Amino acid sequence: MFLTDEQKRILNGEKGETMAKVMKTMVMYGEAFEAEKLVPITSKYNHLVTSFGLKVMSPVYDLMQQLLDAGVASGQKFSVDPRPIDKNVPANFLQNFVFNKFMYTKQDFYEKQLNELGLMDENAFTCACYMDEVGNKPQKGEILSWAESSAVVYANSVLGARCNRNSGILDIMGSIVGYVPYFGLLTDEGRKATWVVKIQTTKKPEAQLLGSAIGMKVMEDVPYVVGLDKWLGTDLNEEACTYLKDFGAATASNGAVGLYHIENLTPEAVELGKSLIAEGAKEYVIDDAELESVKNNYPVIWKNPDAKPKLCFMGCPHMSLQQLKDWTDKVEAGLQASGNKKVVIPTVFTAAPKVLEAFNKTEYAERLKATGVITSYICPLMYMNNPLCKTMPVITSSNKLRTYTSARYYTDDEILVAITKGGK
Amino acid sequence: MREFKGRVVTPGTVTAEAVVTTQGFNTLASMQMALQFGDKALKCGDQNNAELNGKPMAGKALCLPQTIGSTTGGLVLYCACAMGRNPACMLFANHIDSLAAAGAILADVWVDGVTMPVIDELGDEFLQYVKDGMKITIKEGGIVCVE
Repeated sequence: MFLTDEQKRILNGEKGETMAKVMKTMVMYGEAFEAEKLVPITSKYNHLVTSFGLKVMSPVYDLMQQLLDAGVASGQKFSVDPRPIDKNVPANFLQNFVFNKFMYTKQDFYEKQLNELGLMDENAFTCACYMDEVGNKPQKGEILSWAESSAVVYANSVLGARCNRNSGILDIMGSIVGYVPYFGLLTDEGRKATWVVKIQTTKKPEAQLLGSAIGMKVMEDVPYVVGLDKWLGTDLNEEACTYLKDFGAATASNGAVGLYHIENLTPEAVELGKSLIAEGAKEYVIDDAELESVKNNYPVIWKNPDAKPKLCFMGCPHMSLQQLKDWTDKVEAGLQASGNKKVVIPTVFTAAPKVLEAFNKTEYAERLKATGVITSYICPLMYMNNPLCKTMPVITSSNKLRTYTSARYYTDDEILVAITKGGK
Repeated sequence: MREFKGRVVTPGTVTAEAVVTTQGFNTLASMQMALQFGDKALKCGDQNNAELNGKPMAGKALCLPQTIGSTTGGLVLYCACAMGRNPACMLFANHIDSLAAAGAILADVWVDGVTMPVIDELGDEFLQYVKDGMKITIKEGGIVCVE
């Protein structure tokens, strides 16, 4: 791999041993992918995936401390994934005991490290950092060193930025040296689609199910999706962006998709059209039966599959402001139809602290509160990592949450009925 | 016995028993619970992977097409290595993905005394041939013997 004189000097230790190891890490990363060179990061902000002070992750915090002690912190500020705990989210005494005494005992220590490393501000904790309210929204063509699979796939696909699916720790190391290896989704060639996915459903496909189906089929390849504009339109408005946020998260957790193109909708598909499709691209047709089959094959790992749900989580990835407003309307309408005054299952909607701040300034906030729904900034996945939560029957319409935890997946419509009317 | 030739991502030689997944290996889903709750055998906890779920991975030759899922995957693998609960080696049928590469490289550069050879591009035939319990020997130059 070609290195500039400056990069060689860093690698040879001119800026100290720790900085040399950071550069060596990035060079080895590039060499693993036959990268020809390192290229400068051009985004204003970075985004890190590691937000949780999980005791078992001590090797990560030790490494971060090595970076801090050596004074090699990045000049680029960053947002980071959501905090793991919030006292507003229902948890019993034992669950809280496990959260606070066994699991997230390093949280305060780690947040102090994050501040020293360059956290944007004390509320920059969200997986959906690209929301306007949060302010970490890269421009088309910018080069990023981000991690967080759902944010990377959104930045690449919806915003047209360029970022590989970097791992945690490498996200900050790229930012520290200021360069990332030039390969994969940073290159024009790597952004070409090797799958054409044809949507032939009779109704608007559930975003999370569609993303799941595509992720499982194409794995880490780039899909070019045809026929979804019939349901989403050709305007990349807030509704479409919200759909693509949830769709993308499912492609990235059920597979390893880092970029998708939606014909006539996402920026590169609008600009370049079918010329984005690589020669010999494979084809995958998705109809109603395919989506039903995908859903029916999700494992149910509840001890009692017929158990009454004890908790509902919505917002993995974090909900948008518009989603919070739309769901307020939906929950109110559902309660009115069922004759209930409040949700019948404890329900938590999660969103970025700054999105919640904006939401709380609207008239919707009081209305949602009146339905009994709780809002929180946490990562539902981190909550569900508690073994005592794992045994609880929790429902969600997030495929990402379903993938990593014992939470059971239902469609948005099914969730609405469950929380407003009852049933499983 | 058959020999396969791949590309060396991180070097080393080792002999270990194979555990095999023919579907994408979700590192976070597979390792997080075992690491979190002190399972030294590193039993796989991925409910979506029927081939591996519940099987021990520490000290085994993990044979896989590639890893998938959360971008915490690399740091989870790094932690497994730093805690000495890592697979003995990782053998990829495909080109290694960015998350597994990160985990292996972070362990190689930042953890003293840990060797986890990683070989990729062993081909589909490798994954069709290798089965759980087979003896795997990694030699110099990316040579993998399966018997």
